[in-house]
Amino acid sequence: MDQLISIRPLLAVLVSLCVIPVLISASNRPNVRETWTFLAGAVKFVLVISMLPAVLQGQEIVYTLVEIAPGAALSFRVDGLGMLFALVASFLWLPTSLYSIGYMRGLKEHGQTRYFSFFALALSATIGVAFSANLLTLYLFYEVLSLATYPLVTHHQDREARISGRKYLIFILGTSIGLVLPAMLFCYHLTGTLEFSTLGIFEGQLSKPALIVLLLMFVFGFAKAGIMPFHSWLPAAMVAPTPVSALLHAVAVVKVGVFSIVRVLTGVFGLDLLAANDLGPIIAGLASVTIVVGSLIALSQDELKRRLAFSTISQLSYIVLGVALLTPEGVLGGVIHIAMHAFGKITLFFCAGAIFVASGRKYVSQMDGLGKRMPLTFAAFFVGALGVIGLPPSGGFFSKWFLVLGSIDSGQIFFLFVLLLSSFLNGFYFLPIVYRAFFAESRQGEQALSGIREAPLCCLVPLLITAALSVALFFYPDMFVNLIRTGLQIP
Amino acid sequence: MTNVFPAVVVLAPFVAALFCSGFSWLEKRLCFPTALIGLSVSAYAAFRLFLQVIDTGVVQYRMGGWAPPFGIEYRIDLLSGLVIMLVVLIALLNLAASHRSVLQDMEDRPGTFYSIYLLFVTGLLGVASTGDLFNLYVLLEITSLTSYAQIAMGDPDRGPLASLNYVFIGVIGASFYLLGVGYLYIMTGSLNMVDVAGLIEPLYSSSAVLVAFVFCMIGVWIKMALFPLHVWLPNAYTYAPVAAARVIAPLMTKVMVYVMIRLMLTVFGLDYVFERLDLSQAVVWLSTLAILAGAIMALAQHDLRKMLAYIIVSEIGYMVGGAWLGNELGLSGAVLHIVNDALMTFALFLVLGNFMYRLKGAGFTDLQGAFARMPWTMAGFVLAGLSIIGVPPTCGFFSKWYLILGGLQAGAYPFVAALILSSLICAVLFFRVFEIGFFEPEADGHRDMSRAVNLQEAPVSMLIPLGLTSLSLVVVGVYSGFIVETIILPFLRM
Repeated sequence: MDQLISIRPLLAVLVSLCVIPVLISASNRPNVRETWTFLAGAVKFVLVISMLPAVLQGQEIVYTLVEIAPGAALSFRVDGLGMLFALVASFLWLPTSLYSIGYMRGLKEHGQTRYFSFFALALSATIGVAFSANLLTLYLFYEVLSLATYPLVTHHQDREARISGRKYLIFILGTSIGLVLPAMLFCYHLTGTLEFSTLGIFEGQLSKPALIVLLLMFVFGFAKAGIMPFHSWLPAAMVAPTPVSALLHAVAVVKVGVFSIVRVLTGVFGLDLLAANDLGPIIAGLASVTIVVGSLIALSQDELKRRLAFSTISQLSYIVLGVALLTPEGVLGGVIHIAMHAFGKITLFFCAGAIFVASGRKYVSQMDGLGKRMPLTFAAFFVGALGVIGLPPSGGFFSKWFLVLGSIDSGQIFFLFVLLLSSFLNGFYFLPIVYRAFFAESRQGEQALSGIREAPLCCLVPLLITAALSVALFFYPDMFVNLIRTGLQIP
Repeated sequence: MTNVFPAVVVLAPFVAALFCSGFSWLEKRLCFPTALIGLSVSAYAAFRLFLQVIDTGVVQYRMGGWAPPFGIEYRIDLLSGLVIMLVVLIALLNLAASHRSVLQDMEDRPGTFYSIYLLFVTGLLGVASTGDLFNLYVLLEITSLTSYAQIAMGDPDRGPLASLNYVFIGVIGASFYLLGVGYLYIMTGSLNMVDVAGLIEPLYSSSAVLVAFVFCMIGVWIKMALFPLHVWLPNAYTYAPVAAARVIAPLMTKVMVYVMIRLMLTVFGLDYVFERLDLSQAVVWLSTLAILAGAIMALAQHDLRKMLAYIIVSEIGYMVGGAWLGNELGLSGAVLHIVNDALMTFALFLVLGNFMYRLKGAGFTDLQGAFARMPWTMAGFVLAGLSIIGVPPTCGFFSKWYLILGGLQAGAYPFVAALILSSLICAVLFFRVFEIGFFEPEADGHRDMSRAVNLQEAPVSMLIPLGLTSLSLVVVGVYSGFIVETIILPFLRM
């Protein structure tokens, strides 16, 4: 494969890091500060986009910063897979920043400079993960992301935030130090390299039991992916301000977890090795349990953000399941769900936040009749829900489509049932919300709703944009499909 | 032209110490500038010297022109060059940070403090430079005596007792080392390290050499506070004046690790230590215990000073274990960790100094709301804490990287497990403090923009050294591959 040496991946990572001192220095002038955030976001997105044509033509963009040890450098490599993720994350930072302004100012939150600074740092780390050329670089940015998001999750600085923050760290940092780090060092000790390669890095050094242990250490170790039983940090992290939940816990953080697992499966083990040792069903089984159980728990949640959190847990495992099917269509369906789910879920989170800002309500049972007051928000919610369930006309349809094809291809019909069951459950926990918002009478009577209007424009516009894009992806999914095909070299 | 830099490095702080003690009678205000000049000259010479060493491998200097093995030879190779740079830079930065805290703690006798401080640094630099076993003992005692004195100048109630405790144990350690050197002298008739190394090879099977080795090691381990010989350390470091603790804590133990590696590699030789003796496994086990015991005892503390002291006990285990793994990766990790740990500990003690200066204490309850009150200090604290935990890209991660790989190669799985476990324990240790600084005093309800912040940041003269040190944690981390390739591996392969 053609390789192109360019410093642009590094720049794309550094942009949002370098803007942090500027943000701090402008802490007394909020408008200037937010302008800088947008500027950094725009530059970042442009840098990512500028690499797109080359990647679509099958080239890889590489840049090595410094070598730590032979075979283990801090280096970047932009391929289709990383490009897909970076595109989604860097683009969604822009509407999220707009939304943050509306949300944070609307609620007069304290510590806004801190908030925007750590948000920028988190984005640097996310792009770093997307462009990592090897496991060491990926691990570095993975850890930076864990730590950068801690002050965001615990933003309110109250007792609840403290307890949730502790849970967040124990799960995220505990697994990455306790499981991923030893697994990574063991790989390096054994093979002398950590570079991702579609062929995998092992050359028959490991027996099947050893492979299973190593695989499980990685899959559970990247706890950001929320594979059960390492999922419970995610609902706890919902104490964060909603824009944080939206971008980080529907897109950046959780997808970094899944992306890391996908990288390890495709780049460290290699799909062939997994198939030869029949390891796919183990991971697919774990993912299936998470999919079904996550959906079932989501059904029982009354707090909207918690319901979304459990839905996220379940949806993340779609991605893992897709790759674990080890068929081209399955991998395609899984990976494309990174993008499709991102647009759907961020819309849903934006809506949850907009409802909270406009009405102060966060429980599903309080939302009857709200749709008449906030028609645009709930329409967007409907579109987002379609995306997550996987119904046309939304991009989510394609991930389901490929996943179903993949499970049929692999001859594992069991997973087909898992997908169908989960889709039904998704419908059950999302669609009634929309239905009751528009058609049910408010339980507190109509006068309780008077005075509630759509959230401020800063909140409303971003969620309309993401909802519109979620629909647009139904009509134009080709670019993402091509990126994945070139990135993973699947037909 | 003879190379005078080795002499300048050691003598510049010594001369400055003499002047300082004179100025403490005549004009107290001149003490600080004198010390600054002395250490700056030394730092410049050390830098030039280090460049030469990287160029040529070894720089020798004969004191008084006497040829070894009779005269005292200063012999600077890559390892000693590295340690010298580390010592002199930390001493210099600490001096800059000390100006304010010395005025606050010891306004009546700054001259005394500065001259003892300079003598202490002289001793450390000498230990790192000398190629003579007995001269090393003398310099070691200069270092120890001055650190006893510095510690005794601290907390008026507990400082003297902590110092006395340290004196007793320190003297025992020094005696062991001296006895070991005595045996070596009897066996070989020489005190020059390189000379002894040449003469000792035919004597490998001699039990006197074995006794010499064991005595030297025990002496060094006592001085570096290897568990369970660590009991003197926590109190000594806790009750020392903060300006002294900031340099004793990062440097004293690390220089002792240097001495251990020097004895193992240069004097006795790897063949002897790892082929002839069957001690490697036992020592690695001991350091495994040290890592865990230090970390667990740190968990039980409610004062940041004590917590840091026990973390040092744990970190000593990293370096001793790495050095005794007996492979190149482990030794690289140990040497790299000398640098990294010195920087991390220094950063942490600078933070401690800022707390002591502003908050008048470092008990956990004193640190409530620290993030809002001292944001820059806390930023440095977070970076240093992450480095101790071993989060990339801070340098603590990369020394752990080499140490763990060395452990895997040697099959020392308990050591590897202890390294990972101690990372997790350190995460608990530091995030417990971060939590107190971030969440307490607990807010009632929603915090909004109008909340007043009571800023109590430390003075700039204390923040700049902290800023430089914390940044160096990341820079050294990112370039650790470079350090290993150009300094550590060439040294080990020599």
